[in-house]
Amino acid sequence: MNDMTPDRNERQANLKGLGSSRKRVEDLRFTQGKGNYVDDIKLEGMLHGDFVRSPYAHARIKSINTDAAMALDGVLAVLTAKDLEPLGLHWMPTLAGDKQMVLADGKVLFQGQEVAYVVAKDRYIAADGAELVEVEYEELPVLVDPFEALKSDVVLREDLDPKADGAHGPRKHHNHIFTWEVGEKEATEQVLDSSDVVAEEMVYYHRTHPCPLETCGCVASMDKVNGKLTLYGTFQAPHAIRTVVSLISGLEEHNIRVISPDIGGGFGNKVGAYPGYVCSVVASIVTGLPVKWVEDRMENLMTTAFARDYWMKGKISATKEGKITGLWCHTTADHGGFDACADPTKFPAGFMNICTGSYDIPTAYLAVDGVYTNKAPGGVAYRCSFRVTEAAYFIERMIEVLAIELNMDAAELRRINFIKQDQFPYTSALGWEYDSGDYHTAWDKALVAVGYDDLRKEQAQRVEDFKAGKTRKLLGIGLTHFTEIVGAGPVKNCDILGLGMFDSCEIRIHPTGSAIARLGTISQGQGHATTFAQILASEIGLPADSITIEEGDTDTAPYGLGTYGSRSTPVAGAATAMAGRKIRAKAQMIAAYMLEVHDDDVEFDVDRFVVKGAPERFKTMKEIAFAAYNQAIPGIEPGLEAVSYYDPPNMTYPFGAYICVMEIDVDTGEHEIRQFYALDDCGTRINPMIIEGQVHGGLTEALAIAMGQEIAYDNMGNVKTGTLMDFFLPTAWETPNYTTDHTTTPSPHHPIGAKGVGESPNVGGVPAFSNAVHDAFRAFGLRQVHMPHDHWRIWKTANDLGLHG
Amino acid sequence: MIPAAFDYHRPNDLNGVISLLQEHGDDARVIAGGHSLIPLMKLRMAEVPHLIDLQSISELTGIDSGSTIRIGAMTTQADIIDNASLASSAPILKEASLQIADPQVRYMGTVGGNVANGDPGNDMPGLMQCLDATFILRGPNGEREVKARDFYHAAYMTEREDDEVMVAVTFDAPKGGYAYEKQKRKIGDYATAAAAVIISKDGSTCKEASIAMTNLSDTPVFCAAASDSLIGTSVSAEDIKNAVNSMIDAIDPAEDNRGPVEFKKHAAAVVLSRAIERAWQRA
Amino acid sequence: MSGKMQIKLKVNGEDHEFLAEPRELLVHALRERLNLTGSHVGCETGHCGVCTVTLNGKSVKSCTMFVAQADGAELTTVEGMGSPDNLHVLQEAFREHHGLQCGYCTPGMIMRAAKLLEEIPNPTEEQVRFGMAGNLCRCTGYQNIVKSIMAAASEMNSAKEAAQ
Repeated sequence: MNDMTPDRNERQANLKGLGSSRKRVEDLRFTQGKGNYVDDIKLEGMLHGDFVRSPYAHARIKSINTDAAMALDGVLAVLTAKDLEPLGLHWMPTLAGDKQMVLADGKVLFQGQEVAYVVAKDRYIAADGAELVEVEYEELPVLVDPFEALKSDVVLREDLDPKADGAHGPRKHHNHIFTWEVGEKEATEQVLDSSDVVAEEMVYYHRTHPCPLETCGCVASMDKVNGKLTLYGTFQAPHAIRTVVSLISGLEEHNIRVISPDIGGGFGNKVGAYPGYVCSVVASIVTGLPVKWVEDRMENLMTTAFARDYWMKGKISATKEGKITGLWCHTTADHGGFDACADPTKFPAGFMNICTGSYDIPTAYLAVDGVYTNKAPGGVAYRCSFRVTEAAYFIERMIEVLAIELNMDAAELRRINFIKQDQFPYTSALGWEYDSGDYHTAWDKALVAVGYDDLRKEQAQRVEDFKAGKTRKLLGIGLTHFTEIVGAGPVKNCDILGLGMFDSCEIRIHPTGSAIARLGTISQGQGHATTFAQILASEIGLPADSITIEEGDTDTAPYGLGTYGSRSTPVAGAATAMAGRKIRAKAQMIAAYMLEVHDDDVEFDVDRFVVKGAPERFKTMKEIAFAAYNQAIPGIEPGLEAVSYYDPPNMTYPFGAYICVMEIDVDTGEHEIRQFYALDDCGTRINPMIIEGQVHGGLTEALAIAMGQEIAYDNMGNVKTGTLMDFFLPTAWETPNYTTDHTTTPSPHHPIGAKGVGESPNVGGVPAFSNAVHDAFRAFGLRQVHMPHDHWRIWKTANDLGLHG
Repeated sequence: MIPAAFDYHRPNDLNGVISLLQEHGDDARVIAGGHSLIPLMKLRMAEVPHLIDLQSISELTGIDSGSTIRIGAMTTQADIIDNASLASSAPILKEASLQIADPQVRYMGTVGGNVANGDPGNDMPGLMQCLDATFILRGPNGEREVKARDFYHAAYMTEREDDEVMVAVTFDAPKGGYAYEKQKRKIGDYATAAAAVIISKDGSTCKEASIAMTNLSDTPVFCAAASDSLIGTSVSAEDIKNAVNSMIDAIDPAEDNRGPVEFKKHAAAVVLSRAIERAWQRA
Repeated sequence: MSGKMQIKLKVNGEDHEFLAEPRELLVHALRERLNLTGSHVGCETGHCGVCTVTLNGKSVKSCTMFVAQADGAELTTVEGMGSPDNLHVLQEAFREHHGLQCGYCTPGMIMRAAKLLEEIPNPTEEQVRFGMAGNLCRCTGYQNIVKSIMAAASEMNSAKEAAQ
């Protein structure tokens, strides 16, 4: 070595590996407007599709007349269910084991349902054509309330045999989909009966929508010469889409290439398969030309992938000292007209059974009933792992209600019930094995950071001042300690449509010491091209800047289940590390050969292999890469490549402590976030800058959901919130600054100890905002009100509590 | 969201506009900033076979702000915000304009469009009623004047005839204190409730008062009784309460996503009392 | 009806002329005729700002303007802001401060921010938040967007001072 040789720290820094706040490689193209989103794709001769949609929530279709539309110059085809039926494509399977109409087959079940698909030379003509399609409807009684639906004589799904089992077992009523039960029913009821204190509440998590700024869309291009279909689309799971397209179209899977280009946000909206994709594929096959379909914003909000809509009836019991003894939950899940929830097959209510949260609850029982109503299908995980945000909201509300019942401080109640550090791995009463956690440390850090005791004193004073007429503003302190369950998941119990939820990474090292890695996931803003390169840099000792990450092209990337449910880092990230380790193992043999020592006599050191005990003798990974391609090494194949398909042994369990301090104007119902502190423990931190950005974004989505965002229906099943005038997305003006913090408890089973973070802030944020609202009114007797906490609902709460004099 | 096809006209003077309106009658609509009309056209909720763009008509621009203020119909909210002389002679216009929509929309949104189309959600109509403004309309028979307080009949139904164009608004420079108080769900939203208040003082008593409310009925609501009730008082808490009660009698809000009727009335009361307090402090 | 008209636009310094239906939305003309796909389509009702461009010196939402209205106008889109070798200060700042994630809102953000800083060269955080309120972002929570714009402002001001 000479003086010019960088020292070990510099070599480490040069890699920009794990822990580096590396700037994102994606940003060069995005800041210049050179991203390539679906609607940017332009193919020779491309046609455009547009839907005729039902204005009614429940109606029989008497007739469809397409003559006028077909007569319009530039319209090439108008598809209806009748046209799709001979192909067996008028219905399609859903991810939840149900089936869904691609185009209305005899009736419609929700407002905005797809009735006909017009194919035209451009999108303007397609829209004009859609206006000209005449549909005669006969209105039917509408069911928008799931409790009513379970009692009603009105049969929504006439296609289903009411006596036959559904995909998840027996159905109790013609509008019932499934019952899912976990835990000990009788034991839990006994505990509730014999405990000192029981708190009971109905916790409703309202229907909302992920609403990414880019809507869903696709371009289907059937090349009749080669028999190959290329399908570009906003797909969060491109490989699964390829398999689904193959299964329903009959095209062989090798003749289908699915490409997810840049995606303008997903948040769960882009997991499912939608009628627009099927119709575009059919239209391309029929016309032999590429067909583009991009939904507009109203279509997006009204028809593709709602989230939540869970009515969670809960009971929680405790000793009089506050030790929780049992938890009972019955959920009525409004799934809309078709069960198109995106959950692993064995979990019709997702991971709702994580609803014991961060607490050591010895006995618990959960039942979920899925119900059909005249609303849009979906039930996707909006920036959360399957139904985890519902579970977290439920338990964090129940804890608050229990604290009221016990007349205890809610922070203290949490503390005495947390699963203790020495209890991990911890098996919950509802069957999950929590891999790791240190909740007390996180909690104490959070309480100190916000000055919790002083806040409570200030709040008490505020209540006095309010009662004395000195102020009209109340102070709420919203506490949350959440535990997520992400990284689905182990193939033994997680699959979607029979596809195991592993993920994958394939790496090729180039002779000059740079690399390309391809994964089965797809970024929608998370920065995979940046962070996966960092994982690899640390594993294989080549700079992240020399590693290209590629995702989303099923012809080149290895099979994987895609990006949602915070699964990219826990699953594909693990595959990346494991593939990197295979590279390193081969590199070790090459290095040993080059250094003329035994394999076991070299060891990896940042960016090189060194001879043990003689660090001046080394081969850098760059040198090794070249050797892999230019030296004939006995017993070793040329080249340096690896692939890993990673089946995770367990889920990961990120957690966090969030505290929201909120001022509420009792008269207008307006709120102001004075402080928001978010401590996240996502295990090993790959890129702190990106983690912080994910937390800011997730909290803002949580703010929207808790404080105003909803998909609301009137009694006729009309969507009342179909544009961004009424569907609440906060601007920079309504959004506060957040303080982020962390603790680090690595996952013991993940190769690099990472747990995933993208969804934590939504999961923990919603209860934090909501609890702040509730807490502000606790002194005046409030136990539970439903979200969203928009102005009029907060006003109503204050009014009902008699605070308006 | 794709609008239906239409013919586009961009006349260079008002006579051109009026003859197009005469020619096409109901089938023609004028467009200024377009931020109310274009979304409706894209949703195919407004059918406009002939669209007449007013952007090239210089007669419709300009702000004169002496003791009588005249604002051309094509003046944008951004123009109002930027006009220093107007900000000093009638500061309530800037205060209100800053609460309309968002920056991009304010570059396009015009006074004429905002007052003429009769959307009860628009802020300018109530403000103009508060200022006791006069609207100048030009039609085939020349110009006529209509008081803002007489202009609105129902949602989207106004005194303007199909062949008339809004040319300008005029009003006397307001005296005394002012406030435009608006509660909304977020930036870009229409008001849940909004109040425009102008009050002048004589010593410690209220000399003149003018109150108008927005989005609390199918038209803007000039509250004559509430305004009059303040005159001669010292604008005490009790006086404000009386004015608010008179206002509540005058409005007729409808339930929508912003809340039920009862809440709207409550919000109206809150914004008005805050507006009166603020205007009084400034008087 | 639905006749086509001759449209003239000057975009990023370049003259364009084409025949279009008057109803064609400006954002579609930019994206599909001129292949300037940096301006995106988001809400379609004038709320989200991902289609923001500068038109005759004003920030406008190009999804809420017919191409006929823009006839004769001079426009700047994100493609006119900087080149790969010479990024605009705002483009650099967004990258430096993680002011973007999925990138869909970014061109509109940058176009609006550029205009904002022209009008208020040294804004407070409150002025940035108010001045950017016509642009929605679903990924970032705005905190780093605000940070990026503030940083760009200070960078541009230092450069101006240095030049004087």
